[in-house]
Amino acid sequence: MIAAHLPILQIVVPLVAAPACLALGRGRAAWLLALAVSWAALGIAGGLLATVLRDGPVSYALGNWAPPWGIEYRVDALNAYVLLIVAAIGAVVLPYARRSIADELPAHQHAAFYTAFLLCLTGLLGVAITGDAFNLFVFLEISSLSSYVLIGLGRNRRALTAAFQYLVMGTIGATFIVIGIGLLYMATGTLNMADLAARIPAVAHSRTVLAALAFLAVGATLKIALFPLHGWLPNAYAYAPSAVTAFLAATATKVSVYILVRFLFTVFGPAYSFEQLALHNLIVPFAVIAIVVCSTVAIFQNNVKRMLAYSSVAQIGYMMLGIGLGTATGISAGLVHLFNHALMKGGLFLALGCIALRVGSVRLEALAGLGRTMPLSAFAFVIGGLSLIGVPLTNGFISKWILVQATLEQGAWGLALVVLFGSLLAVAYIWRVVEVAYLRPPPDGARRREAPLSMLIPTWILIGASVYFGIDTSLSLGVAEIAARILTGGAG
Amino acid sequence: MVRRHLVLRVVSKLLIPFILLFALYVQFHGDFGPGGGFQAGVIFGAGFILYALIEGIEVARRVAPTALVRLLMVLGLLLYVGVGYVGLFKGANFLNYDVLAHDPVHGQELGIFLVELGVGITVAATMVTIFFAFVDQARR
Repeated sequence: MIAAHLPILQIVVPLVAAPACLALGRGRAAWLLALAVSWAALGIAGGLLATVLRDGPVSYALGNWAPPWGIEYRVDALNAYVLLIVAAIGAVVLPYARRSIADELPAHQHAAFYTAFLLCLTGLLGVAITGDAFNLFVFLEISSLSSYVLIGLGRNRRALTAAFQYLVMGTIGATFIVIGIGLLYMATGTLNMADLAARIPAVAHSRTVLAALAFLAVGATLKIALFPLHGWLPNAYAYAPSAVTAFLAATATKVSVYILVRFLFTVFGPAYSFEQLALHNLIVPFAVIAIVVCSTVAIFQNNVKRMLAYSSVAQIGYMMLGIGLGTATGISAGLVHLFNHALMKGGLFLALGCIALRVGSVRLEALAGLGRTMPLSAFAFVIGGLSLIGVPLTNGFISKWILVQATLEQGAWGLALVVLFGSLLAVAYIWRVVEVAYLRPPPDGARRREAPLSMLIPTWILIGASVYFGIDTSLSLGVAEIAARILTGGAG
Repeated sequence: MVRRHLVLRVVSKLLIPFILLFALYVQFHGDFGPGGGFQAGVIFGAGFILYALIEGIEVARRVAPTALVRLLMVLGLLLYVGVGYVGLFKGANFLNYDVLAHDPVHGQELGIFLVELGVGITVAATMVTIFFAFVDQARR
């Protein structure tokens, strides 16, 4: 009986726990509840993925109102894949959060922090699970509003302006998305995504549908932080609390990529988006600029958190490059990088949070001699960095390998070179950190002070997973390929 | 200083009960006419904020302590989600009201009543919380 209700439990378990955290009032009890819930959410996401891979797409009618009239949760391989990423990152970040948050936030904010965290988790999971376009917007707002709060909690006062900047840009993005959905509703009279996909071809030539696609694409791209709409991201990631940065970097932009993919491929269909409108001519150049420009900007950052934030914008470029190619290989490259980047960037930001806890700063010069004073955290950073570069035996290599294959399939040698050049730029910015951490002596009087185990273990779980999925790709690449086949119109 | 504004005090004292009553009307008549939990919550919250403006923030806080407002905020949401869970436990889908009462029509009526009540409570408490938060900011 529970199995049939997995789709709704994925959402309502964290949703009901969020206000309960606030009612508990005390930090520790709230943390325990949030932890239990995040692990339950991961279990549910795993169960959903297993069900979908075994029996095909799952549909759940809320309140027994049959779709397309009622809200439908529809889970296919793509949804289940994104759900698994989000839930897994949430489940790893929460055990880490207790020490990190206790250090970075005053005690009276702890319960509210876990409430906002669970609401953000609910929203991100909701975006990924729903089959209803308007419901998607509602969940997007839940996740966005709570993430503005989470970012604004940062210790540095600039966190407030960063959160406000993200609020303005994020609200514009969400408004564009709801305008797009409204136009689609006007043209077709339905909000259910599967129903929209069936009705759009009949009105595809109307200007309403064209405008809807434009609004949706720009809105989603803003939330994705694709160049040149990435302005909000570096500050937001740099000034948010460490655990928040790790969580959002690994999930929020990924879910936004999912929104764009879902609309371009499932709702509008590849024939309309790519053959008729040739959107790849728009997406691919911006992805290329993101890779080259933002990797270069990352090299010149002195705040390591900011450096990784710019690197995130560049990595989003890789995902969008794959998706922009529009072929099955390209999409699976984009999706597998979504998975892999969540692990490596999550791990890197967690390692950086360990460093922030002990050193008190993430500026480059503060990291001197870290290889000796914090060997485990520094080494985690190195492995994560190697994965970011795309060294074989890490999952970053798998992403880039498939992406290069996808570009060569199309005979686009230039794009393959861009991918390789981007890796070289990654070597440059990762090396700057490695040089300071390993080749410079620690400041006088610095003792060996490793981060507590409750933070090191989550960090190493993500870093270990980055290595594991570089060797065994049956889960990451396997599901991405199934999802790509569904999106390009093949049988799942 | 508040004591001096006699006209404001008397008029608002006359108005506030009707504002709150109108909020309850909008709340409970929502399933037959225009209205519902959100609108009712905003009206109720506005009535209370008017009271706080006229009588001063200390008096308002004695009427509705922060802990109480926070609890109401949580309870409203839990009421909404709780109604959804009842459907789940009775073997139907989440938020299915049919199974709440002996027959589906009464079940639907009860379900929407409880859900809207949850919305109303949370919205009213949230309005008051936002107001208090701004007042605290201004005093610091």
